[in-house]
Formats: sequence, structure tokens, C-alpha cells
Amino acid sequence: MAEKKLQIALYWTASCGGCDVAVLDTNEFILDVAQLADIRLWPIAVDGKYQDVEAMKDGELDLTLINGAIRNSENEYLAKLLRRKSKILVAFGSCAHMGGIPGLANLARKDEIFTRAYLNNPSIEPGNQKTPCPETRIDGEILHLPQFYKRVYKLKDIVDVDYFVPGCPPAPNQVKAVLLAVVKGDLPPKGSVVGASELTVCDDCKRTKAEKKVKRFYRPFEIIQDPEKCLLEQGILCMGSATRSGCGVRCPNSGMGCRGCYGPTGNVVDQGAKFLSALSAIIDSKDPQEIQEIINGLPDFVSFAYRFSLPASLLQRSLRT
Amino acid sequence: MSFEPKIVGFLCNWCSYAGADLAGTSRILYRPNIRIIRVMCSARVDPTFVLKALAGGADGVLVCGCHPGDCHYSEGNHKAMRRFPLLKKLLADFGVEEDRVRLEWVSASEGQRFADIVNDMTERIRALGPSRIPGLMQADRIGR
Repeated sequence: MAEKKLQIALYWTASCGGCDVAVLDTNEFILDVAQLADIRLWPIAVDGKYQDVEAMKDGELDLTLINGAIRNSENEYLAKLLRRKSKILVAFGSCAHMGGIPGLANLARKDEIFTRAYLNNPSIEPGNQKTPCPETRIDGEILHLPQFYKRVYKLKDIVDVDYFVPGCPPAPNQVKAVLLAVVKGDLPPKGSVVGASELTVCDDCKRTKAEKKVKRFYRPFEIIQDPEKCLLEQGILCMGSATRSGCGVRCPNSGMGCRGCYGPTGNVVDQGAKFLSALSAIIDSKDPQEIQEIINGLPDFVSFAYRFSLPASLLQRSLRT
Repeated sequence: MSFEPKIVGFLCNWCSYAGADLAGTSRILYRPNIRIIRVMCSARVDPTFVLKALAGGADGVLVCGCHPGDCHYSEGNHKAMRRFPLLKKLLADFGVEEDRVRLEWVSASEGQRFADIVNDMTERIRALGPSRIPGLMQADRIGR
């Protein structure tokens, strides 16, 4: 091969692995990627050690995709290391883009999370009171674990990010488009959200939309839904109006309200606030007490409004610390 | 130095801003802690504005509109009336104290009512102390 192969890395920080699977979901296209590029680090699929990355020259990698939020010292170290070694760094998927599902941990304190995960969880053996410590001494040796942070950060809070690919996970055709754009050198201005639309999910949603007036909200299992009609008009929570499109309207097409994983559209600062604004405006009442009762039918509203975007919101975290 | 609350006030152009103006022209003395932003309607107050004010260091946010039924645009204040309880629920989930954010109806003839609301809100927030939001955000940036 005459041309030098692209040097790429894929890495996961605080994430579930779904974004890596989304890359694999491009099916045989992944073999074309392997033809065009050397995959230098991809913990879920190929070998490659942190020491190998440390040994690279700065800027040796052409492209790194990081999926996942930043919530411990290992995440932060690798994000900074890969930033240094990469010409282009992409925040890939909702967690890297906005904090994602792990970002909801910003509503709880660190000690509450540890108590829940390691002490009070029903699946823990009775009497087991072990919690992870950053440093453990065994037989004269010191063992280290990453330091768990007080809150979750989005990738951009920690390092400079060149592009954002939203989605939980990003749609496979968008993954393809992004990789091909890098191969061709056909890149938008730095800081762009790529692999997505500038419009909202509602713009692409085929359901019929009329005037919205809602007397109560339903969880999806509480109502037999009309498959043609806008979900929000039926009282089923859907974040489509506050969410960037590009996903192919996968959730509303399957009878589920949009969860907002693609984040807000370009000019919106705070996705949850925009959703709050749109949602409460359709409440069909002028009586403060009735309005309050309808709103009481929205349990844990903060987690819904900021399901994927809490660390990227204006307040970012609960004050109960 | 004693703590002086910083309150951002979003006042509707047609009733509440005129009410605040009346408080001034009537020479009613009230606490100078409020910074007033005139908006065309209480429905123009996007929840983003309130969150941004708090994130930017405001100790409290007051939104005032026409009394229900008196809206210049007929329905605007009803939209504010629906948004506000949900915004308060959201802020409670974030751990923001209830008294920091308030929605009130003030007509153009209620200068005294406006002054009373500002005085009451200032004292309630003084009792709560400064907002912890800017300090926590600063701390988040420095130490993990």
C-alpha cells in the first residue's frame, strides 16, 4: 500500500460498551476500516496496552474515539494521554458528549453511591462490608485502584474535544459517515456535532401532530397508545421536541417516547430546561391546584429531563454534597 | 461584610414592570437587592433564564407577571403558571432551596405589593445565606 495507513484508537471511559458495539454493528464495513487503518488501541476488540500508548509520539494517532463519561482518575489519565497522542479527538456517544447515563450520579453523593453499590445492594453477600480503596497493602505490596471522583464530568470538561458524535449509541450509519469523513479528510469546523441533524426529532417524526392539551401524564405501560398520533399528545413523555435528530426517530417509531440521547439542538444551552418549558406549556388547566396535581404525576422529573445531559446542563449536579 | 442577596427579577412589560415603576414614582422605599430585567411577558421567561441566573451566581430569581385573566396576550401568564411548579420541582431535585425562586402576579397599580414582595424575598434569602452554586462549580473545576 502506497499511502500510510490511518492510525486510530477507540477507548471507553465510564460507559456501558454499547458505543463499541455500535461500531461493530457497522458489520463488514469494520473490515474496510481495518484495511484503511491500524487500530492501535481498542480494549473491547483488539489487544493494545496503555504502555503502548504512553510510548507513542505526541500526535502519532490520527483519530481517537472516546466513548464514556469521566468519573475516576483512570478515565481522566487516559483521556489526557489520548488527547496528547491524537490529532483528532472525538467524543463518541452520549456519555462522552454530555455525561450520559453515568452523569445521573451527579444527583447523589459519592458515599451514597458506595453504600448502594457495595454495602446495601440486595445482591451483596451478608456481612460483606468491603468497599474499594484507592490503595491497599497486601504482603508488603501496595495495590492501586483508580480514585473515584465526587461527580461525573463530560469529556470536554477534562480535555479539548474536536468533534462530538451524539447518541446512545450513535446510529451505525452515522458511525460509518464519521469514519469515512476522517478518511477523506472532509471535516467540518472544529467543535461541530457530526453525524446528526440540525433539526429536532419531531421534525423527522412521522406521527400526526395536532394541538397538544394534556390532563394527565402516562407511563408507557399505563395506556394503550394510538400508533399514528404524537406520543406527547397522548400524555406519554417524549423528548423529541428538545432533542437533535439524526437517529432515524428509532424510539418514537417503536412506540417509546424519545429519551433525548442525541442532546439538544445547536442553539440550546440546557436540554432539560427546554423540555420542561415545552412539556409544562401543554398542561390543559388554568387552576394552580390542578396543575400541581398533574405535575405530581411526573415522578423523578429531573432524571427524565436530564437522562443523558446532566453534567452538560447549567447546574450540572445536585447541591446536596 | 454582611451578606447582601443578589436577586434577578424578570418583570413583564405590561403589568409588573409598570408596577415596579409605580413603586419608584410613588417613592416607596424597598430593598435595593433586585436587578430588574424587563421581558414582554412572564411566558417569555424560559426556564433556561432562571437556571442561568442561578448558575451565574444569583442568590434568587423573581418572576412577575399580570394577574391570571389580565395577560396582555391573554394566555401568556397561564403558561408561566404551568411552567413554574415544574421548574420548582426540578430545582428541589437539584437541592436548591424553595425560597430562592418565586413567581408572583403584580399589576400596574400594585407598587406597594411589588415593594413588599421584594422586601420579603430579600429577607428570606438573607436568612438562607449565599447561593452555594458558584462555589461548588469552582470547586468542581479545581479538585476532583
